[in-house]
Amino acid sequence: MMNPLLEVKELRTYFYTRWGTVKAVDGVSFHVNERETFGLVGESGCGKSITCLSILRLVSQPAGRIVGGEVLLQGEDLVKKSEREMRKIRGSKISMILQDPMTSLNPVFTVGAQVTEGIRIHQGLKGKSLWERARNMLEMLHVPSPEIRLRNWPHQLSGGMRQRIVGAIALSCEPRLLIADEPTTALDATIQLQYLRLLRELQEKTGLSMIFITHNFGVVARMCRRAAVMYAGKIVETAEVRELFNRPSHPYTEALMRSVPKAEEKVEKLMSIEGQVPPLHNLPPGCIFAPRCSYVKDKCRVDYPPTAEINKEHTVSCWNFC
Amino acid sequence: MLKGWLKWKSKLKRYPVIPGTVVGIFIFLALFGELLAPHPPNEMSLTKKFIPPVWQGGGSIAYPLGTDMLGRDMLSRIMAGARISFFVAILSILLGGLVGTGLGIISGYYGGTWDVLLMRTADATLAFPIILLAMLLAIVLGPSLQNVVVSLGLVLWARYARIIRGEVLSVKERDFVALARVAGSSNVRIMFRHIFPNIRSTLLVLLTLQVGWVIIVEASLSFLGAGIPGPQPVWGSMISKGREYITTAWWIPFFPGLAVALVCLCFNMLGDWLREVLDPKLRQVGGGG
Repeated sequence: MMNPLLEVKELRTYFYTRWGTVKAVDGVSFHVNERETFGLVGESGCGKSITCLSILRLVSQPAGRIVGGEVLLQGEDLVKKSEREMRKIRGSKISMILQDPMTSLNPVFTVGAQVTEGIRIHQGLKGKSLWERARNMLEMLHVPSPEIRLRNWPHQLSGGMRQRIVGAIALSCEPRLLIADEPTTALDATIQLQYLRLLRELQEKTGLSMIFITHNFGVVARMCRRAAVMYAGKIVETAEVRELFNRPSHPYTEALMRSVPKAEEKVEKLMSIEGQVPPLHNLPPGCIFAPRCSYVKDKCRVDYPPTAEINKEHTVSCWNFC
Repeated sequence: MLKGWLKWKSKLKRYPVIPGTVVGIFIFLALFGELLAPHPPNEMSLTKKFIPPVWQGGGSIAYPLGTDMLGRDMLSRIMAGARISFFVAILSILLGGLVGTGLGIISGYYGGTWDVLLMRTADATLAFPIILLAMLLAIVLGPSLQNVVVSLGLVLWARYARIIRGEVLSVKERDFVALARVAGSSNVRIMFRHIFPNIRSTLLVLLTLQVGWVIIVEASLSFLGAGIPGPQPVWGSMISKGREYITTAWWIPFFPGLAVALVCLCFNMLGDWLREVLDPKLRQVGGGG
């Protein structure tokens, strides 16, 4: 068994607002192995992005705070690092791609200036070798005529091209972990597929690990080896992707799977899960999914279920499995 | 390459020629006016007082715009007076712009307590009648060139701080700022390397649009006696001193007034043009007033 590159243990990130404490990330644990893509799935506002920002220690202060847990990157706890140490880790060990390529690049600098910036800061290259490096990065991301692209301004490029530039910037300092926060949501379908292929190719080439945040099960199936399903700040189920699709165990995962329309069946009405996500500052006692769950028992409304192990790589937090 | 040039050419076509020329002459006079003036601007001659402009009966070609109540050449005084107006405007705008931009960026970027504190101070400064505040400061500090600059700077910063803060608020939410942070940039670096270049054009337009306004305020201060003292030719005090003679010698207050109005108007027109050239989205950025 390989050592995990990243291990998140009981991470808690709370936001202190005037309406009360929002438990955006509440006891999240997972790990990402070397050279593995780990999916983080869930609906909007379930805490996927905040989990990743917490890993980078970029939760906006002072409202948000990491109140507990550990984030172990190659065995070192990032939660205990100083801000200065974190700045060195960001970009050089962990990097990120965001969803909107239109605002991910600074409109007032050329592509070249932006691609070289990180390399200059983290690796101290200068002059010709710096430029050379930037060109190689663009070539690696299959950007055609990189020499010209480096001199272009962001507004001269298409969305797909920009997202590749963003990828080049993210990978320019050879990070060990890439966090991809819905990187294909803003691209059109054909470009999405291209981009996902490109990311996989780069992963094979560089031996990078990835955390893939998405709400698209198709992307999860295509990209990830293992995935976790999040609901209202908690991970409810973690499993190998195939297992997750074939044997969804948590009622929430199961309901999500059922709400994905299937091509071979004719449906009158799309499946949806009854009810709403509870407000995060006012969570019900017991299991947070209990109010919407079709298998709910009395116990579910009183205590939060412990994590049960279905098999070695499949865990679920539900009373039905305890 | 060609496309870029054509774009600039079409923009230059709409360059406002007359305002541009007037502003050019003004800046030139500010630098060299005293040397070029036909007479020393402070040379008095009681025998030659109240000579009307050349086109009016009794006018003399030696004094094209006439002479004032002490027999000083109007044209020379207006030419020399450009210098003070120009330097007061430039210095106070630089001072106010520097302080205001810095505070605006900090306020917008960090938010929280500092933001509230700075913005309420700016609100208070803006709510106060500006001439009154500048006058108060000029009088407390004593009338002199530095003090006029300082007091104008003290009221000007608030405008910059407000508008720059607003711009920073919108720029800092964009993903490239988040990515810069992910890439390990420090706060200072993000503020000045990543955010500031995005608000440069707003700042430039704001700077230009305020020149006219500052010239008027400076003239008003001098008019009210809180400006630059002494025999130095200053447009504002020339209007003020000449106003008693407006019925008998209209040219004494009229020409300095015309100079102030013209320069102010032309700077504003130039600023409007610049605003359109730099960014059509910036049309709501206001000047002074």
